[in-house]
Amino acid sequence: MAELVEAERVVEGQGIEEEQELATSGEKIYVAPPWKLMWWRFRKHKMALISTWVLILLYLVAIFCEFVAPYDPDQAMIQFKQVPPTKIHIRDSEGQWHWPFVYQHIRSVDPETLRISYVEDTSIRHPIRLFVPGFAYKLVGLWPTNIHLFGLPPEAAEQQGVFLLGTDRLGRDMFARICYGARLSLSMGLASVFLSLIFGVVLGGISGYYGGRADVIIQRVIEFIRTIPTIPLYMTLSAAMPRDWPIERIYFGLTMILALVGWTWMARVVRGRFLAMREEDFVLAARLSGSSEIRIILRHMLPSFLSYIIAALTLNIPNMILWETGLSFIGLGLRPPAISWGVLLQEAMNLRSLVLAPWVLAPGVAVVVSVLAFNFMGDGLRDAADPYAH
Amino acid sequence: MKQDQLLISVKDLRTYFFLDEGTVRAVDGVDFNIWYGQTLGVVGESGCGKSVTARSILRIVPRPGRIVSGEITLYRKCDRSPSLRGENPSQQIEEIKLTDLDPTGREMCSIRGTEIALVPQEPMASLSPVHSIGNQIAEVIMLHQRVDKHTARARTIEMLELVGFPKPKERVDSLPHQLSGGLRQRAVIAMALCCHPSLLIADEPTTALDVTTEAQILRLLRNLQSELGMAIMYITHNLGVVAQMCEDVIVMYMGRVVEETSVDALFHSPLHPYTQALLRSIPRLGQKTRERRRLESIRGTVPDPYAIPKGCSFHPRCHQRIRGVCDQQEPPYVEVEPGHKVRCLLYQP
Amino acid sequence: MFAYIVRRVLIMIPTLILISIVSFTALQLPPGDYLTSYAAQLRTMGEQVDEEALNSLRERYGMGQPIYVQYWKWVSGIITRGDWGQSMEWQKPVKELIWERLGLTVALAVFSLLISWGIAIPMGVYSATHQYSIPDYLMSAFSFLGVGVPAFLWALIIMYFAQTKLGINVGGLFSEKYINAPWTWDKFVDMLKHLWIPGLIVAIENTAGELRTTRANLLDELNKPYVELARAKGLSERKLLWKYPVRVAMNPFFSTVGWSLANRISSITLMSIVLSLQTTGPMQLRALMSQDMYLAGSFLLLLSALTVVGTLISDILLAWVDPRIRLEA
Repeated sequence: MAELVEAERVVEGQGIEEEQELATSGEKIYVAPPWKLMWWRFRKHKMALISTWVLILLYLVAIFCEFVAPYDPDQAMIQFKQVPPTKIHIRDSEGQWHWPFVYQHIRSVDPETLRISYVEDTSIRHPIRLFVPGFAYKLVGLWPTNIHLFGLPPEAAEQQGVFLLGTDRLGRDMFARICYGARLSLSMGLASVFLSLIFGVVLGGISGYYGGRADVIIQRVIEFIRTIPTIPLYMTLSAAMPRDWPIERIYFGLTMILALVGWTWMARVVRGRFLAMREEDFVLAARLSGSSEIRIILRHMLPSFLSYIIAALTLNIPNMILWETGLSFIGLGLRPPAISWGVLLQEAMNLRSLVLAPWVLAPGVAVVVSVLAFNFMGDGLRDAADPYAH
Repeated sequence: MKQDQLLISVKDLRTYFFLDEGTVRAVDGVDFNIWYGQTLGVVGESGCGKSVTARSILRIVPRPGRIVSGEITLYRKCDRSPSLRGENPSQQIEEIKLTDLDPTGREMCSIRGTEIALVPQEPMASLSPVHSIGNQIAEVIMLHQRVDKHTARARTIEMLELVGFPKPKERVDSLPHQLSGGLRQRAVIAMALCCHPSLLIADEPTTALDVTTEAQILRLLRNLQSELGMAIMYITHNLGVVAQMCEDVIVMYMGRVVEETSVDALFHSPLHPYTQALLRSIPRLGQKTRERRRLESIRGTVPDPYAIPKGCSFHPRCHQRIRGVCDQQEPPYVEVEPGHKVRCLLYQP
Repeated sequence: MFAYIVRRVLIMIPTLILISIVSFTALQLPPGDYLTSYAAQLRTMGEQVDEEALNSLRERYGMGQPIYVQYWKWVSGIITRGDWGQSMEWQKPVKELIWERLGLTVALAVFSLLISWGIAIPMGVYSATHQYSIPDYLMSAFSFLGVGVPAFLWALIIMYFAQTKLGINVGGLFSEKYINAPWTWDKFVDMLKHLWIPGLIVAIENTAGELRTTRANLLDELNKPYVELARAKGLSERKLLWKYPVRVAMNPFFSTVGWSLANRISSITLMSIVLSLQTTGPMQLRALMSQDMYLAGSFLLLLSALTVVGTLISDILLAWVDPRIRLEA
């Protein structure tokens, strides 16, 4: 196409200079490569941009959860049972400004209801320190260390803690538990979507590219899987995993189960794109000029629908996270001692616990934030996926 | 059969689209008149503002477009019975400023369909896919003529017969997708004509059709016009159709009328360089091959709507432009001969 | 039309057979069976386990036979006698346990579907016709709340507020005195009183998607030439809106009734477990946990069958509203 235009210009022989004159501000848009156009469109979607940063932050927390968490998530600190989220002050009771600090809390137990309450003692301040020593761990599983992002210095840690999101019935730090939970919950979202992507692309590709009987069979299978209500099906399948399996195996099994339904959505997207693309002139042109089928798929078709796949992937991750949470929540997915957001929410099932310590719902907030962030990002990607459409 | 009775007058119409990327001046100062019974061709490349002008007259400019200034006046005859036309020149004429009406108001709604009707570009997409054509035509009749269902249906069948729809009685209940493109367009024409409008706006009605069907539809429109006597505003980019259909032509470029003339003058003595270029770009039978003239195309493309060139908007593509003049001054609209106007600095008196 | 329905019904049969096979095999997957785990449980509690009795029970439930024999017994029992097998945990025939719970699940699903449509259609139409207005933004925000917060989380939140602020327990579908009572008019009224909170919760989660679909579809339709032509014909805005684009934009609603019901069953299952409603969810969970296989299998089979019927209904509805499909069928 470009050569044709060029040739025409030479034939005209004149007015090359005018042609340049014609190409004014619009030129930037016309000559930009597709990925740049996509980025421009994505950038316009403010919520998508913000969400992307939120997700990067969440995944960083998931990767470095030992470093971010100030406490060992499994350590039950009996002196700090059901502590509400600790207030962080930068101004003391006399109105003086300080580096962020917490007050010493005094614990009291109501003799009648046995309800524990904590009151701030404004006379003792514990400044929060960055990079404090705490429990020992291996950073990214490699380097042993005991430095944590924030916390109280060891001498103060005995009397008081910084519990950003409070503690549970056993005195475990909710914030630390949510950080650790992010690792399982967020990675499982990715893993199962990745798995469903592989199934989906292969089967959807076969279905869309070859059509015919293969297409009919795969479409029937997809319809069949979708006929069974998802949660009851997932419940039945997860219940089939023996209860004595180690965490890793259950994690893997659950990923497989989630991908079992997830791939049908990917396959539909891939198939639809393939069908649309099969009719395109550039595919016909490639075929006529003797390209092999593999080359046509990899070189010509894949790049032009990669963006759709990425968008569909992003929009599917939140479903996976929600399903994992739901299953673990009712006790059929991951089980303690594994820590995922769903497992943590089990605590909220206990009405008494929920009423006395509503902050046990905090893992739910984490779920909602990540689900929304993925949705917004997916929306942005979908809009950007086809930069030539208006 | 040019009539001396004014039907529509458009004065300095400006319709802009306010998009995130900027303002598109789709129609930017357009003046023209349509007379009773006249067939006016509107010619121009895609995106020159032809369709937006038509939609401005109907007051159905889609959002985010808006008429920002100008005046559109409809001169409505109060007695529109065809037999009386011409015999009684002192008919009551009602002057309605369409630009002052509320586009969704009752008065504008009663003008659309009765006084001014539209035949759109794509007959398939212009019919609702889930309603039968009979339903869609009878709806207009019931809306404007206040008749019951049975009368409306009978009139629908009459109208379909009038536009040459085969077996109208049996096919009145067909759905659009059961009909061929030509039949759909006939149905749309029947819908437009069923309340005997004074002006029929045909917006490239044959673009989506094949050549044979196009010829049939054009013949149909001509016959209907001589039968019913309405004026037609025929929008097209096809100069051949203009030659066949129209008496007068306006040529539009970048939201402005650049030339207005009779159809003969358009082909024999075009004045505006753009019109001349348009005419050079159509192949002609019997052109002398000895000359080995290449079929010319107009240089470049329509400029970016966000960055309209300064001065005459056509100057970057114009062969005859004068440096320092055309890229600076707004061209005036000059009446070179009676009835032949042109917007070009070359004809500045 | 009639032939079309018959054909659709015939297509359902193989699907149902396949579902029954899948349900049954899925329940055979876990190692051990109800009786072994039951016996183990008894032993840990220090009770004597009578091996003889266990074996005779095994015999009675047909365990130890090849899977296909067990499957055939189960399925033929369902077809010929309406016998869904025995619940080992409840010591009752499955059919005595499931129907009421299934009925409540369906009631809840349909109820929430009606609420969703009642909200999503008018709101979606308003949103699409008043794009970028403040209510449009509010509705977008609302729909994101529905997308992001799953029904079981709503259930937890509402339970918390009902308990702390209002001092009521929103769990359950009946007042105490009606739980085991036979169905009467009073019991029905009592159920309606309890139904609206769970119905609303399920509706919130699912309305969001429908609202966005309505809005997006209608926005697409509003730009179609047939809307413009209808306007050019002189129809008033309101009249043309409801007759043409809304009508066309509604089609996906009818065509997705089946999926929509399936989604709702998923939401209802999780939510019911939180609120301990007398629907299928909690009982299915318990049956799965204790490997009460006939009970669990019957639930999966029946819930899937419900979706199949839902899809059938949606196909018929779609053919009814969209003449293009009706005529081709």
